[in-house]
Amino acid sequence: MANTTTEAAGAVTEATGHAAEAAGHAAQSAGMPQLDFSTFGNQIFWLAVALALIYFVLTRVALPRIGGILADRQGKITSDIAAAEELKLKAEAAEKAYNQALIDARAEANKIVAEARAEIQKDLDKATAKADAEIAAKAAESAKRIEEIRAGAAENVAVVAKDTAEAIVAALGGKADVGAVADAVASRLKG
Amino acid sequence: MATEEHSDGLTFHPMDQFKIQPLFREIEPGSCVPAEDIVHGCLKWYEPTNATLWMGLTLLAIFALFVLGTRGRAIIPSRLQSVAELGYGFVHKMVEDVAGKDGLKFFPYIFTLFCFIVFSNFLGLIPGALTTTSHIAVTAFMAVAVFLTVTLVGFVKNGAGFLGLFWVSSAPLALRPVLALIEVISYFVRPVSHSIRLAGNMMAGHAVIKVFAAFAPLVLISGIGIAVTPLSILAIVAMYALEILVAFIQAYVFTILTCVYLKDALHPHH
Repeated sequence: MANTTTEAAGAVTEATGHAAEAAGHAAQSAGMPQLDFSTFGNQIFWLAVALALIYFVLTRVALPRIGGILADRQGKITSDIAAAEELKLKAEAAEKAYNQALIDARAEANKIVAEARAEIQKDLDKATAKADAEIAAKAAESAKRIEEIRAGAAENVAVVAKDTAEAIVAALGGKADVGAVADAVASRLKG
Repeated sequence: MATEEHSDGLTFHPMDQFKIQPLFREIEPGSCVPAEDIVHGCLKWYEPTNATLWMGLTLLAIFALFVLGTRGRAIIPSRLQSVAELGYGFVHKMVEDVAGKDGLKFFPYIFTLFCFIVFSNFLGLIPGALTTTSHIAVTAFMAVAVFLTVTLVGFVKNGAGFLGLFWVSSAPLALRPVLALIEVISYFVRPVSHSIRLAGNMMAGHAVIKVFAAFAPLVLISGIGIAVTPLSILAIVAMYALEILVAFIQAYVFTILTCVYLKDALHPHH
């Protein structure tokens, strides 16, 4: 008897348990898990932990590091641009100096050419003058010799004419007056 | 027809993916019915759950990208480092543009929120993952934190002048009290819309994918499945692509709204 009562009680408890189980299951599976308030405390706790850790990792390590990298890069770019600007200025100065040197060298070369030309001209003038003088001397000498020859020839002509005149006079049977012939020849040669 | 198929064996549990469960035990059915004061089997606040797991993975992913990825500190960045720099620059510029230079003080907080949301959203796209940001508890915590911070900053920076935010001085005098009432209401609605927008977007897309996924095995059960199965698989792919977009956009929206609220706190005058 007692046994049966216990059994019955057990059965009732079991049944209630099943019912509750079924009810609980229905409640859990029917609604949105988002609205299951029994999980809110848990979620919020772990969310707070996660956010705190993320914040810690980001502010302690990641953000300063990335900020540093970006600042470094900006600095490097700025300094590189400045260096490039400086090098450009240097290159421009070098080009200017090169051009100046080129102009100077050209001027120097022109000067040297002019000097050489002047020197050569001087030598040339000297040589020309010397040659002219020699030529003049030779010409004068030649003229003298020609004059001499010409004078010699005229004298010979006078002698030949006198002799010829005397010979002609003799052939005609006369006796030539030497003085008269000479005068006649001389006058004829002058005329 | 649809009801028949349900009973035939297609199972629709689109919300099961959002269940918070302890990692190392099963909750006994019926051991947690708060309505009936049965709470001995309920989740304890300190118990590690699947939410803990995915939040932890979010933390690890953030650590991998922003700490391991920038290990080289290279002037010419590696791929991972450029992604980290891109994220930094993206949020930094957003805070500066929206909230102004003095808002940059709050950049680490905003960046923390952005990173958590964007990584949770994307990790949640892994099949089988729990999307922690689809839970209103999570988004509401963040939205309320933003709301309280911003309100506090507003009063600390501007004193009673912060109330000028509600007093639209450009409106006709007669209208101002009415507008003030509307402004006050909209101000207090902010954390609600801020949190529900994110959780709702994440939840809806994932649930829709799950519904399509439930239709996919129809070909094993019924002839009509020859048409329905490829279509539902196609729909899953399309939804997944959309969800990738949404995952980023919702993180962006949450962050930029935080910046806007911060701007209101720093410069409350219209």
